[in-house]
Amino acid sequence: MEHAEHLNHLASQQWLIPFFPLVAAAIQSLLKKPARKLSATLTIGAMGISCAFALRAFFATLGGGHHEEVARGIANFTWFKFGTTSLDLGFVLDPLTAGMAAMVTFVGFWIFVNATGYMHDDENFTRFFCFLSLFAASMLGLVVSNNLLLLFMCWELVGLCSYLLIGFWYFKPSAAAAMKKAFITTRVGDVGFFIGILMLYQHTGTLNLYTAEGTGALQQAGGLATLTGWWGLSVAGTIALMLFIGAMGKSAQFPLHVWLPDAMEGPTPVSALIHAATMVAAGVFMVGRMFPVFTAGAGDWVMDFVMWVGCITAVFSATIAVAQFDIKRVLAYSTCSQLGFMVMALGAGGFVAGQFHLLTHAFFKALLFLGSGCVIIGTHHEQDMRKMGGLKKYMPITFWCYFTGYLALSGFPLTAGFFSKDEVLLETFHHNKAAWGLATFAAFLTAFYMTRQMYMVFAGKWRGGEESHHGHGHAHDDHGHGHGGHEPNEVPWNMWLPIAVLSIFALFMGWLGTPWFHDNLFHHYLAPEEHSPEHSNLVLWLSIGVGLFGIFLGWLIYGRKTMEHATDADPLAVKLGGLFTALNRKWYIDELYEATIIRLTMALGVFFRAVDKAVVDGILHAIAWVAWGISQVVRLVGDDLIINGSFDAGCDGVRGSGRILAKLQNGRVQNYLRVMAVGVVLLLVVYFVK
Amino acid sequence: MNITLGHYLALSTILFAVGLAGALTRRNAIIVLMAIEIMFNAAILNLVAFWHFKVFATLTAQMFAIFAVTIAAAESAVGLALVIAIYRHYRSVDVDEMKALKG
Repeated sequence: MEHAEHLNHLASQQWLIPFFPLVAAAIQSLLKKPARKLSATLTIGAMGISCAFALRAFFATLGGGHHEEVARGIANFTWFKFGTTSLDLGFVLDPLTAGMAAMVTFVGFWIFVNATGYMHDDENFTRFFCFLSLFAASMLGLVVSNNLLLLFMCWELVGLCSYLLIGFWYFKPSAAAAMKKAFITTRVGDVGFFIGILMLYQHTGTLNLYTAEGTGALQQAGGLATLTGWWGLSVAGTIALMLFIGAMGKSAQFPLHVWLPDAMEGPTPVSALIHAATMVAAGVFMVGRMFPVFTAGAGDWVMDFVMWVGCITAVFSATIAVAQFDIKRVLAYSTCSQLGFMVMALGAGGFVAGQFHLLTHAFFKALLFLGSGCVIIGTHHEQDMRKMGGLKKYMPITFWCYFTGYLALSGFPLTAGFFSKDEVLLETFHHNKAAWGLATFAAFLTAFYMTRQMYMVFAGKWRGGEESHHGHGHAHDDHGHGHGGHEPNEVPWNMWLPIAVLSIFALFMGWLGTPWFHDNLFHHYLAPEEHSPEHSNLVLWLSIGVGLFGIFLGWLIYGRKTMEHATDADPLAVKLGGLFTALNRKWYIDELYEATIIRLTMALGVFFRAVDKAVVDGILHAIAWVAWGISQVVRLVGDDLIINGSFDAGCDGVRGSGRILAKLQNGRVQNYLRVMAVGVVLLLVVYFVK
Repeated sequence: MNITLGHYLALSTILFAVGLAGALTRRNAIIVLMAIEIMFNAAILNLVAFWHFKVFATLTAQMFAIFAVTIAAAESAVGLALVIAIYRHYRSVDVDEMKALKG
């Protein structure tokens, strides 16, 4: 009992976690002049303090695993009242929140440190760090909130910040387009999310997730399963579906994934932040947070829908990643694919597996993105992998850190990604064999494309000095100027230190969730009332097998004989031909949207404009004519005769008297004095005579 | 002859009347300024006289008188500066010619 009170006390201090970055952002937005040192110190310092608070909360929740129920501290308060309805906000502290907050603050902290190096030469350094702080604050607010309203506000703030940061270099047309794309695509999902929130409020009468009395929306979720909702679903299922649509937009699930790769237009630390700690994690986190609603609707097809969306995304994006040449784009599609894994695990009922993969993925994906940022800086703003090569010699520290991230993502045995991916596959295996098969294939592709990237970037010889060749319509970035024969060089310490720290986690963090150690520590921590999934040797060995096979195949195609020249054709392209082009063009999804949805919207726009002109404008013009006629009558009779006449007379009177009075004011000071003296004398006379 | 408070007040009144007459009738701005100073001194004389005859048993009147002298000094400094500025502009110190500020 004492422990629960302690948790409630800590929950009431959860607001401090997003508070510090928010203050940092506020101060920086008020700075009149750019102040690089101050702004970087503020951002990183605020994140450090938040990290300390998050870790304190995290360690406080650790003790709860002994019992059969989740340790949860709740702190609700009333925001405002209207009539008899009161609107509450609140903060929560439970293993899910604590783990996420610790991850976001810790990873975010190191991303910020790296950003000081990456953005070193940018003139808008202060603006960048201001946005970063705000981004972190909104994500942390989302994580600690115990209320759907607060969660939704922070959710939108996260969207706004990603919009601002993706378009940070707004003068680049591609960045401006990407920022709009990200904002609008996620907005499509948010409509669903909002409908889900409203439905939840309609049926439970509260937006609080948990309350001490057990009246929170999630605590009532079980009761929603018996009510009938839409499309043959129960109410719980309908709400879950709507919430999931929101998560699809945010976590870039097929078919709303299109914004994520374009988000690469932002500076690389932003990519790391979006892809690891904040933006895309928000969707998966939200599904995890609302998981009681999903399990309540588990009898319906919603969970299968979630699982299949995840599965398709995982395979689909992995195939695209195979054929990309931009170092960041490979990672972007890889993120899409890994998010698919998480969502698939959630759909298969593996709440713990999904969240575990989210956490481990955050560490190694942040590592990979920051590493790619180091590569980009080290090679003087080169992003095309064909023009890299041989970087192992020039950038040894970056190489070794990147290598650990590569191992983790490929699911190399005993790294972080291995354990979490294995658990995802295990959950799926118990739920649906077909999805498991596809996911295993995606795991194989992951190992393959990462091996391809490693060989292209770090092995062989440096190809950057050659005459640049802009083929494939792919050289989208325009900061490749002036990279002639510059040799790549290692990045400064503030860039490699973060990836070195993260690489330790990428290697060893998986041991928290291994089934061989205390029967899965992480599972006990996050969901003590549930049993961890049954172990399966088939899944384990097949997962190891496909991972190693993917690495082997990558070596066979790219490693045995590395690329000689930047203009060489990709060996895989020679073998796959047209398929490779289709993959490189991302299965033509963007073109498909262009041809269908965007064209349709445009056509609708043209149509409605015509309707507007003919019908609406006609009515408006008729109304205007009538109004004009009436006003003419009023003007002639009422206005001209009565109002104007009397007004003019009044004006003349005032002007006449003014002319008389003006004579007194003749500018001679002595006259005034005389009048004053006469007045004083008169007053004295009145005084004495009386 | 015994000088009483009445004598002082009479002197003060005469001084004030002289000052007022000068301020109202003279056309030279500097003389007008001097006349204003005379009125000032009439008022200060009143204060000191009332203090001397213990009408009020405090030093307030003395303090007031010293302040008034200080202010009068400052005021005449400003006034003279203005007169010089006016002279530079109009090439004259005749107050009758300064009538630009009229309605």
